Amino acid sequence: MFAHRHLLGIEQLSQQDILAVLDLAERYATQNRQQNKRSDALDGLTQINMFFENSTRTQASFEIAGKRLGADVMNMAMQASSIKKGETLIDTALTLNAMHPDLLVVRHPHSGAVKLLSEKVNCAVLNAGDGRHEHPTQALLDALTIRRSKGRLHRLTIAICGDIAHSRVARSNMFLLGTMENRVRLVGPKTLMPPGVDKLGVEVTDNMAKGLEGADVVMMLRLQKERMDGGFIPSEREYYHRWGLDAQKLKAAKPDAIVMHPGPMNRGVEIDGTLADDINRSVIQEQVEMGVAVRMAVMDLLARNLREGAR
Amino acid sequence: MTILTNARLIDPEAGTETLGALRLESGRIAEILPPDVAGIDCGGKYLAPGIIDIGVKIGEPGERHKESFRTAGLAAAAGGVTTMVTRPDTTPAIDTPEMLDFFIRRAREISPVNVLPMAALTKGRAGAEMAEIGFLQDAGAVAFSDADRPVANPKTLQRILTYAGASGALVIGHVQQPELSQGACVTAGPLATKLGLPAVSPLAERMQLERDVALVEATGARYHADQITCRAALPVLERAKAAGLDITAGVSIHHLTLNEFDIEDYRTFFKVKPPLRPEDDRIAVVNAVASGLIDIISSMHTPQDEESKRLPFEEAASGAVGLQTMLPALLQLVHGGYMDLPTLWRAISLNPARLLGLESGRMAVGAAADLVLFDADAPFIMDRFTLLSKSKNTPFDGRRMQGKVLRTFVSGEQVYER
Repeated sequence: MFAHRHLLGIEQLSQQDILAVLDLAERYATQNRQQNKRSDALDGLTQINMFFENSTRTQASFEIAGKRLGADVMNMAMQASSIKKGETLIDTALTLNAMHPDLLVVRHPHSGAVKLLSEKVNCAVLNAGDGRHEHPTQALLDALTIRRSKGRLHRLTIAICGDIAHSRVARSNMFLLGTMENRVRLVGPKTLMPPGVDKLGVEVTDNMAKGLEGADVVMMLRLQKERMDGGFIPSEREYYHRWGLDAQKLKAAKPDAIVMHPGPMNRGVEIDGTLADDINRSVIQEQVEMGVAVRMAVMDLLARNLREGAR
Repeated sequence: MTILTNARLIDPEAGTETLGALRLESGRIAEILPPDVAGIDCGGKYLAPGIIDIGVKIGEPGERHKESFRTAGLAAAAGGVTTMVTRPDTTPAIDTPEMLDFFIRRAREISPVNVLPMAALTKGRAGAEMAEIGFLQDAGAVAFSDADRPVANPKTLQRILTYAGASGALVIGHVQQPELSQGACVTAGPLATKLGLPAVSPLAERMQLERDVALVEATGARYHADQITCRAALPVLERAKAAGLDITAGVSIHHLTLNEFDIEDYRTFFKVKPPLRPEDDRIAVVNAVASGLIDIISSMHTPQDEESKRLPFEEAASGAVGLQTMLPALLQLVHGGYMDLPTLWRAISLNPARLLGLESGRMAVGAAADLVLFDADAPFIMDRFTLLSKSKNTPFDGRRMQGKVLRTFVSGEQVYER
């Protein structure tokens, strides 16, 4: 069960692996709601967060997760440091490796970079997002949120909507929800749909009404500002008109369908602000909460494997 | 005088392999003899015209830490390559007769095999102003190319092709539409989507070839497309040839023997330009070589040091060394039944010689005695650290291969013996 040294992506995980993370995360979710949120799974271990790309939310979530488990957590803002001085990723990795960290949490703008780094270090590496490739903890926290809300994580119809082409969240979710035997639909303008994605076991449509029809879960993706002006779509307002989620479009989904968003949201671009705040439909805040629990669970499992390996 | 006897002679012109002997004299094949004459016994192995490799990158000037004339020459001799047609994408680019003169003198001094240089088509390979094509021809440039940078502006290219055409100069184009290809490092499709890498559709190749064919038609230039790697471009090439245009096309050993799945999880030694293609494209170009639609195979030898490859896939340098891996890689196609040896030799020796007007590439009396003796079957496991190139970036590392070069001759002189 979860016999992995690193968490580089969802693609390598089995159903059992995924359930192992979610079950443990469930326990941490309960613990996180208590006054004393501390436990000692990572006691004595050193966690370094290396973010080569800006992030506030994910980095904070990993930091809190590590601290609640008793790790010594250090944040390195990589954009400001060595890469500016021309150091290669591998040299950075080797330098850090010499300081004997136990867990390295890495975000990098290039697909595959986190894997490359993991080949050069002795500690466990967690992918906190690599390029357009994977963002495994996001998919796991989404899965936990769905399971808590729907009571199960299989045979659901899930619509992932928006900028699929540039989204690592979409890829990791596609893999996870597929592995767990759900029906996954990708919905968005064709210019934001990566070529050949229909061959990866998902349904693809550019029509929101069709895509959302009978959906149990509607997952919205962030549309990056730089993609809005004429390059991929004509304008922000046309995008909102056709693909922005509002109460009207949501009617196509099941009456009890939940609305998700990995954040940060562009209100009025991909999602209506009122809908995002509707506690009967939106689970966006719970996603953030589950993020900490899932990251605690993953780090706990990887730390157990580290100790096993050391023995 | 040398006599090589008891060899299977590959004749790409006649399309035959026959047991025989060769008498070499004054750097040429002087006589073709029956196999029972006395001489150096080739043990019944294959003796063929040496490989003429169009598009070899040598690190001089500018990147001698990646490859020098000496190391490239040694690798070529050990790989059965008797003529390297070198690329001008050096630092600085070879775009003046003075630079070319320096290059040729270095090459003559050091390299054990023939070196024929290409020169840049435009100054600094910037795609704006044409290089001194006439002077460069006089100085010894055999072809003109901006290597992996296509001339983006069609008006500029039209003028260059007109001028080059009038001078009888051969222009070699890189047929990848630049805007579509920009930043891309894999071929668009499900695999690229899964890996999350910037991708380019094979359309980019077809479009650029269509453009270049149209301009060649308008200008009457002699034109060679460096690498045709996908099915979608083949009908364009077919039409151009049917229309009688002076157009030839090449392909690299990597696009003939590897496909996009070899990239697996971001293996940068498989990053080449244009990117590796899906399997059906690979099969299509292999068949196009067998049918003669694609004329020439080259190694696209591109040395890159470890540092430039040990990077995230998007940032890593493109290219692979190929001088020494070319023969065993291509023999895969023979052993796999896609083509016979004379057909392969047409693409790696006869056609390049014809394109450049060389006296080699043929198994005939009077042809230059540039020859390779090889065992087509000898198995081995490729170990990249045994390569003689300064750079060891081969995608074939660890692969089971067949085919070993036993001896190489340039102008009748032995330059390599195993």
